[in-house]
Amino acid sequence: MASIGFGAGDPIIVPVSEAPEDDVAYETPHVSSRRRRVRWWRVVVLTLSAAYFFIPLFAGLKFALQGLNGHFSFDAITSLPSAPGFSEAFWLSIRLAAATLAISAILTVPTTIYVHLRLPRMRRIMEFVTVLPIVIPPILIIVGVLDAAPLWLRASPYLLSLEYAVLAMPFVYRSLDAGLSAIDLKTLVEASRSLGGNWLKTMWRVVLPNLRTALLSAMMLTLALVLGEYTMASLDLWNTIPVWIVQFQNAANGHIQVAAAMLGLVGTWLLITLVVSLDRSGSRRSRRRTGKL
Amino acid sequence: MTDHSSTEQVVPAGASVSLERLVRSYGSVRALNGFDLSIAPGEFIALLGPSGCGKTTALRVLAGFESPDSGRVVVDGKDLSNVSAQKRDMGMVFQSYSLFPNMNALNNVAFGLRMRKQSAQSRKRKAAELLDLVGLSDQAVKFPHQMSGGQQQRVALARALAIEPRVLLLDEPLSALDAKVRAELRDQIRSLQKRLAITTVFVTHDQEEALSMADRVCVMSKGRIEQTASPAELYARPTTAFVAQFVGISSRVPVTRSGESVEVFGRHVPVRSGDPEAAAGAIDALLRPEEVSVEVDPQSPSFVTAKNFLGATTRLTVQVGEIPVLVDVRSDLAGDIELGTRVRPSVLARDVLVAPRLVVGASSI
Repeated sequence: MASIGFGAGDPIIVPVSEAPEDDVAYETPHVSSRRRRVRWWRVVVLTLSAAYFFIPLFAGLKFALQGLNGHFSFDAITSLPSAPGFSEAFWLSIRLAAATLAISAILTVPTTIYVHLRLPRMRRIMEFVTVLPIVIPPILIIVGVLDAAPLWLRASPYLLSLEYAVLAMPFVYRSLDAGLSAIDLKTLVEASRSLGGNWLKTMWRVVLPNLRTALLSAMMLTLALVLGEYTMASLDLWNTIPVWIVQFQNAANGHIQVAAAMLGLVGTWLLITLVVSLDRSGSRRSRRRTGKL
Repeated sequence: MTDHSSTEQVVPAGASVSLERLVRSYGSVRALNGFDLSIAPGEFIALLGPSGCGKTTALRVLAGFESPDSGRVVVDGKDLSNVSAQKRDMGMVFQSYSLFPNMNALNNVAFGLRMRKQSAQSRKRKAAELLDLVGLSDQAVKFPHQMSGGQQQRVALARALAIEPRVLLLDEPLSALDAKVRAELRDQIRSLQKRLAITTVFVTHDQEEALSMADRVCVMSKGRIEQTASPAELYARPTTAFVAQFVGISSRVPVTRSGESVEVFGRHVPVRSGDPEAAAGAIDALLRPEEVSVEVDPQSPSFVTAKNFLGATTRLTVQVGEIPVLVDVRSDLAGDIELGTRVRPSVLARDVLVAPRLVVGASSI
């Protein structure tokens, strides 16, 4: 048919021979068997992955719950609180974790927001810089810092928190970066400012609530890192939980150390579950608060 | 919808706005190059232009999100050039959906009132009024992700109006919406603006939106104003070739000038005052499709190459020498004209706009 303009609006007529038929027509035996194969491989990969993660945990738990005679026993766990140095190490780790979270939040959150808002071209440089703590061995960092830090800081356990904040930076920055990339930060900030919000109120009421998931993720990763870090604490001669586990290993009984490690793992997992649950219930609550301003 | 009288009482009449000799550069690019514009209280003005012409920059300078390199922003006689965005009392609706995702519709609308430290009761009452005004009182408890794009933009409009702004700024608020919702929201914005008599600056690259909504349209190019006029005047009497071609459709027909007139299709037509660069040298006449008529003439060298039915009118493309000329004819008279039909074009316009010739070397007619 001759066209008189409006070509774009003309209906596209597909010849019958080329028109796609029912999906069933394409369901050849070859494709079906391939799909079955793919599903089978999924199960295998999932099973292997689960085994890789859970067999060591199961082995650890089994060992921790064995008495000296090899029978099932809670002795290792119940004797943990009274084990020499455990309480001090536990509370030191908790204090360091809290301080690290605070330092990370104060340093990284405003920096990441500022880079997204005002210096988007710096993001690549930031990505490179924040990867450095992973690339540089912690032993180099702590040796350098111990050499350079003033005495009063070297004498404080919170020097470790400063170090941990650097170590956690790759995880914290990436979490926040992902969170900020998921929202239209510039528009939200400008909308808030045009409505009369100053910078503090804009951050508190608009930006941070929309970064809640990213902040939680960053917190969890930081927490896991602090509660598991050994090299720096050991070289700085502070008895945190990981250091205590290693030092206590020199004693005869290995069950208590494994119990402590398992307890730390379960404790971190419970803490993370608690924080996520609180976040979810908080979100649900805020959605239910319909009329409250 | 309920009675709107209470809302009408609290929202004041718009402010006068004057943007004076604004210059704003980004590196070597001049986004605003001596931009001058005065807006009367309660006026709805559209900044229209292609991408990169500086219209959004002008709006952002007015909002306080950008600082001009030079020039002044004056609102109601007060120089706001050094006043921060949060203190300018200007409501803004953004192109992208800018509702706060962590707040429901009611809280979004009440946000500006909260920043102004109004009581919770007052905030709630006023936010509910504004939601009612935009027809979304039943969506108050919904979060942005639970609303459609059109609903989100209406909430954004209510949020911008809630603070009783001196000036309402609309930064392409309809461009992300589908055609039907866009048309509905266009009417709603215009109707609200008229009802509240609020000074409004609307940025768009869509000429249909600008022409149908604004009291005046300011056509921009390369950081400058090409022409500011009412939609009807802008279409009928463009003063520059850019405006003639950006707003509506024009055919460029090479012509020769003799004194104050040019010869187009064998007829002398007065030249409309316009582009000074077109005073001498090779020039084109810019003709709207409705300013040209055709007559079937088997002896004519010109012939129809395309015919598009547009409803009441049919648009013909007539090949005149090497130049394609668009001609609108009444559809009931276009029945005899087919592709290849020989026709003789003539000019209906009482005067024509001329511009320096675009294609050098094209033959004159």
